[in-house]
Amino acid sequence: MKNFFKYREIWLLAGIVLLIGLISTRFPGFADPANLRPVFNDTSILMILALGQMVVILTRSIDLSMASNLCFTGMVVAMLNAAHPAIPVPALIAIALLIGLVLGAINGLLVWRLNIPSIVVTLGTLTIYRGATFVVSGGAWVNADQMSPDFINFQRVAFLGLPVLSWIALFVIALFFLVMTRTQIGRSIHAIGVNPTASVYAGIDVGRTKFIVFCISGMIGGLAGYLWISRYVIASVEVANGYELNIIAACVIGGISIAGGIGSVGGAVLGALFLGIISNALPVINISPFWQMAISGTAIILAVVLNARGERRQGRIILRKAEAA
Amino acid sequence: MDTTAQHKVETARPEPSSSTPSASPRLTLSGISKSFPGVRALHNVSLSLYPGQVTALIGENGAGKSTLVKIMTGIYQPDAGDISIDGQAATLPSAHAAFGHGITAIHQETVLFDDLSVAENIFLGHAPRTRFGTIDWRTMRKNAREVLETMRAGHIDADARLKDLGIANKHLVAVARAMSIDARIVIMDEPTAALSMKEIEELFLLIEFLKSEGKAVLFISHKFDEIYRIADRYTVFRDGEMVGEGLLKDTGQNEIVRMMVGRNVDHIFPERKPKIGAPVLSVSGLSHPTEFDEIGFELRKGEILGFYGLVGAGRSEVMQAIAGITRTSRGTITLDGKPIAPKSAADSIEAGIVYVPEERGKQGVVIGLPIFKNVSLPSLARTSKSGVLRLAEEFALARSYTERLDLRASSLSQDVGTLSGGNQQKVVIAKWLATAPKVIILDEPTKGIDIGSKAAVHGFMAELVAQGLSVIMVSSELPEILGMSDRVVVMREGRIAATYDNKGLDAETLVRTAAGIAA
Repeated sequence: MKNFFKYREIWLLAGIVLLIGLISTRFPGFADPANLRPVFNDTSILMILALGQMVVILTRSIDLSMASNLCFTGMVVAMLNAAHPAIPVPALIAIALLIGLVLGAINGLLVWRLNIPSIVVTLGTLTIYRGATFVVSGGAWVNADQMSPDFINFQRVAFLGLPVLSWIALFVIALFFLVMTRTQIGRSIHAIGVNPTASVYAGIDVGRTKFIVFCISGMIGGLAGYLWISRYVIASVEVANGYELNIIAACVIGGISIAGGIGSVGGAVLGALFLGIISNALPVINISPFWQMAISGTAIILAVVLNARGERRQGRIILRKAEAA
Repeated sequence: MDTTAQHKVETARPEPSSSTPSASPRLTLSGISKSFPGVRALHNVSLSLYPGQVTALIGENGAGKSTLVKIMTGIYQPDAGDISIDGQAATLPSAHAAFGHGITAIHQETVLFDDLSVAENIFLGHAPRTRFGTIDWRTMRKNAREVLETMRAGHIDADARLKDLGIANKHLVAVARAMSIDARIVIMDEPTAALSMKEIEELFLLIEFLKSEGKAVLFISHKFDEIYRIADRYTVFRDGEMVGEGLLKDTGQNEIVRMMVGRNVDHIFPERKPKIGAPVLSVSGLSHPTEFDEIGFELRKGEILGFYGLVGAGRSEVMQAIAGITRTSRGTITLDGKPIAPKSAADSIEAGIVYVPEERGKQGVVIGLPIFKNVSLPSLARTSKSGVLRLAEEFALARSYTERLDLRASSLSQDVGTLSGGNQQKVVIAKWLATAPKVIILDEPTKGIDIGSKAAVHGFMAELVAQGLSVIMVSSELPEILGMSDRVVVMREGRIAATYDNKGLDAETLVRTAAGIAA
């Protein structure tokens, strides 16, 4: 299985290299590190969000409310910054994480305590959180001129050749990698996705673990809220509208099985990068946005076909055992 | 090879009783064999069903009854053997083909569609059409009512949603469906398991009706009173072989019990010198609203306590309650003199009780994770430090327990899904032992695994109790119960029917107690 994961991620990596190669034939400078760095930076928010979504999907759940959470949290920190420019940015980030955590915990509690399927819960909160954004802002925008220079520039500061935003993404990637491979909660997340029944018998609290993953995706949504608003320097009710589908697409392209249990940090990152490269490169080489969507869609279907093949192989083993039992 | 006495295997076809309308069988299975990887489910079995007669298929759990039903309904393909219907050689390559031959099965939990109406359920797949090709609802309802009327089941509304009916009425709908496709062979797989006394009587009337219509009926049940009440013939299976058949009126209950349990000694159980100490686990008055009532027993240090009973007797449910997986309504569990009230599996594991569930694939191994992660899964609280995994500790834990169990694997990083059933079971047992329990509950520990792996599991159980652990072994395999247990608790219908010391205990006593037959 482990080899199979690697296999799939290597395929995705090969696909990305091929894509960069193809683009380079039309736009020779594309593969230049000096050009790829901004592409990475531009994809950072999607990568972070995809990781938050990944832990949820691994437990056979889904969080459709991430983009709405991003929008709400982003609006709140933007309004705070506009009203109290003295609040330092790290404090605003902490507030964003906290708000995101609360919104995620609401999802998690509904899934855990009321046993409502996560797709239903988060479909509801998707609307509620965006509606709440309207309520807090009264429909008004927060514009760049209302934001403090620190608020806007924090993520743009270059540190060791990379902007802070890229460093935040790298930090989150490393953190998720450690959590998934080196902590008990990471192991539990993986185990309940693969076999929830066996996990119950092994003493893992499936409901509580699901609550925790929604808290994680909520915090990620909140963090991404600040990063998004300070990157695009506008906060409105329309921010990241429909973006939850891009997040899920990144996960699916990254080989994370919607059925849960299968997926890795590397896959989520590569899936997001794939989408990031497409959206950055195609306009540069004069390919219409229609093709961009078609290519993303094709990549999703290809990824699902590859996943389905992998799962079928696994399914046969289970079937054989079930028959023998 | 088979040296035990074959009770009452009749080489010639038995003479039909005077009441039977036809002498030739409707369906004959002969020389049927079926194996799954590592398990021989059926070996050279035969079965004949006669029109207008009910044949009871009798055997312990795991005797191969379900496999045979799946072959008859086209779900499994036999590895060898012949099927003939009305004297013509036939094949049943699919469920659809079996349906086409008029073979239909009515299961314990009926396989119908809850949200469709009674009429739709009866005619699904063969609904009458109008001349435009759309479903002719009016004719369908009328036909449904007619079929129900002929079965004296006119009280069922053809327009009712199936989910609004009781189980007995669902059975009636299933039979009506069988009638509507002109089924000629009706298989009833433990149809009475979930029925009340009154509903069972109604079902029997229905079976009489099927007989009078000339249908060949196969009736599978564990309950002897029902078998003698309704069936004309019997066929007994044991360990995937047919060990006897004949007319029930010529055969006593005890004779059938003997056929069910007599067997080859093909497996040597480990020699043990039990050193039994003080009680470790005491359970008293343990009750559950629906599954079991007033369960009380004691498990002593160094003891193997066998739990025997029919499927559905409530053994696994009791064990799941002790393991904190299901809740109880009343009763106390005392471990080492201290009362415990486990609210989750984690609580029980913490207290020192582990439960190794029956369904290995679904409840035991986590396919997709490597061996060492499977082994460490319930012990992560111990091998981790403040939530951070320590992989070296996990590996050491997994290595020490898998070596003790003689696990055959190329590496501990190998996916458990690539192991054989027997080796998977060793991984599961290793995973539970690694939690350092005081009491280990094994639910059907050797179900569906090969002889070699069985011996390893038994040997290891003996080793465990020798080291002072206490084991509860839920098993439906009589040789295992008799070969391994120090004492045997027999459960029947959610209650403890008897507790025996395993000294001179014989299989027939156990089967009689479990089935509720007076000696």
